[in-house]
Amino acid sequence: MNLDEMNEKCRQLKLKTLQMCVKAGYGHVTSAFSCSEILVALYYNLMNIDKNNPSWEERDRFVMSKNHASIMLYPVFEDLGWINQNDLNDFGQDDSLLGGHSKMSIVGVDFAGGSLGIGLGVACGMAYGNKADGKSLKTYCIIGDGECYEGSIWESAMFAGHNKLSNLVVFLDRNRLCMTAVNENILSQESLFDKWRAFGWYVDRIDGHDIAKIISAVKKSFSENVEGKPVCIICDTIKGHGVDFMEDQVFMHGWVPKGEKAEIALKQLGGAENE
Amino acid sequence: MRKQMIDSVSKVIAENENTSLFLVDIGVWGFRDVLKNYSERAINCGIFEDGMISIAAGMSLSGITPFIYGISPFILGRAYDQLKLDFCYQKLAGNFITTGAAYDFSKLGYSHYCPEDIELARTMPGLEFIAAGTPKEFEILFNSTWNDGNPTYYRLSNYCNKFDAKVAFGKAAVIKKGSKGVVIAVSTMLDSVIEACGDEDVTILYYTTLVPFDGITLRENLVNEKILLCEPHFEGALLPAIIDSVKDCAVKIKCVGVPRKINRNYGTKIEKDICFGLIDKDIRLEIRKFFNN
Repeated sequence: MNLDEMNEKCRQLKLKTLQMCVKAGYGHVTSAFSCSEILVALYYNLMNIDKNNPSWEERDRFVMSKNHASIMLYPVFEDLGWINQNDLNDFGQDDSLLGGHSKMSIVGVDFAGGSLGIGLGVACGMAYGNKADGKSLKTYCIIGDGECYEGSIWESAMFAGHNKLSNLVVFLDRNRLCMTAVNENILSQESLFDKWRAFGWYVDRIDGHDIAKIISAVKKSFSENVEGKPVCIICDTIKGHGVDFMEDQVFMHGWVPKGEKAEIALKQLGGAENE
Repeated sequence: MRKQMIDSVSKVIAENENTSLFLVDIGVWGFRDVLKNYSERAINCGIFEDGMISIAAGMSLSGITPFIYGISPFILGRAYDQLKLDFCYQKLAGNFITTGAAYDFSKLGYSHYCPEDIELARTMPGLEFIAAGTPKEFEILFNSTWNDGNPTYYRLSNYCNKFDAKVAFGKAAVIKKGSKGVVIAVSTMLDSVIEACGDEDVTILYYTTLVPFDGITLRENLVNEKILLCEPHFEGALLPAIIDSVKDCAVKIKCVGVPRKINRNYGTKIEKDICFGLIDKDIRLEIRKFFNN
């Protein structure tokens, strides 16, 4: 898939995510949209997966540590043929497969978190185990910047750095917003670059909505990271990216547009023309 | 109930300089005036419940009574050790207020449920546990406990009872008296219990303080050796407290509550209540079976 096709795929997946959430009346849309390009880069380029065999033992693993953004994974899995449109339609219903945070019974989910700060530790364990087993597969993980307030993130970061988990790639979704405020106003987090580097990681910082840069940053890390460090790509992103009135807004965490607002949002993602 | 909580806590913060408020990035809009007017001691800390509770314990050691507001599994579950060691072990004053109850955030999945709340709390001797059924009840119980020098946990729910009962800290309320046995309604279960009991000739006791458990009122009202316990958390969670209260009596106890299993469903809170048999008609059936056989 070329870059134009991936960008188009990203738009389609965002649209499906929003449709799903508008229908259900809930979902962490803005959090999902800040990491949507990262997911497209992973599932349509970087990750070694077998579309026809999602449980393939040698596949790369993925952990969505900021698991409220797992709603964006569902359209990806549907596109890959692992779940179906009916599953998306039933999102959030009592007996549905899909809900606000993923669960392990969803094909394609390697770990189902929901309590922030936990997923990175699990990803470290996966990477450590696979390294010990001599497997070449990689573990990818997305964490949020608000999630970096959790102490367990830094415990895991220290473990990965010490053990040189070069088979672990973490994307830090730096959208700068927590649920209700700007992170730097709550507790300053910068310099994240220096902090991760101090914990023994190979660190890069890029525009997290540029799929080409995401892919090249990861590939560059593989070639430049001769010391065998775990990789942290800090992705500068915009919460709610792609819908202008949802972009970079506090108090839109977990917010889903309704009525006319929903129509505008869907239209901005190409819904009206492409449905 | 959340609005009442915000009003009550805001008033205390405004009137008492030796108090502090910690938010884990929720409730910021509701507490915006407090955060603005008392910014030196009302803080949105970000998302780190466990560390924050240790910090609050430090402030308590400095003579400042802390209030912490968060989502139930992340306060009681995630920060269990900090509650146990930093507050209960040290016998420090602190107030822990949570939203979410057992599964109010039903669509968000299991990570946001906490039906084990009272059981976790009961393993920390010294931690008071308040589960008001209405905003007014919260106000009464909060005002009588926040400054009692103990760690106190307040369980809030979005699903309140319709009517206020006469509540007092540490005391069960006798809603009605009957001869066939006792129905214990815990917190937000009262509406359903009253509806389900109808004109059944049973005693209804209403508990909003779960720790310390009022065993005296239970003993005084024990009739016909039968107790039906209706809880909005894991079924039988208060059973040890009940047994302890009536341990020299021969009693039959039936429990109605959230089944003890990991719930992987989404859906609404009401759908879960229906699924778990926690609605009026199901409780009515249990009452009829239990007290009329």
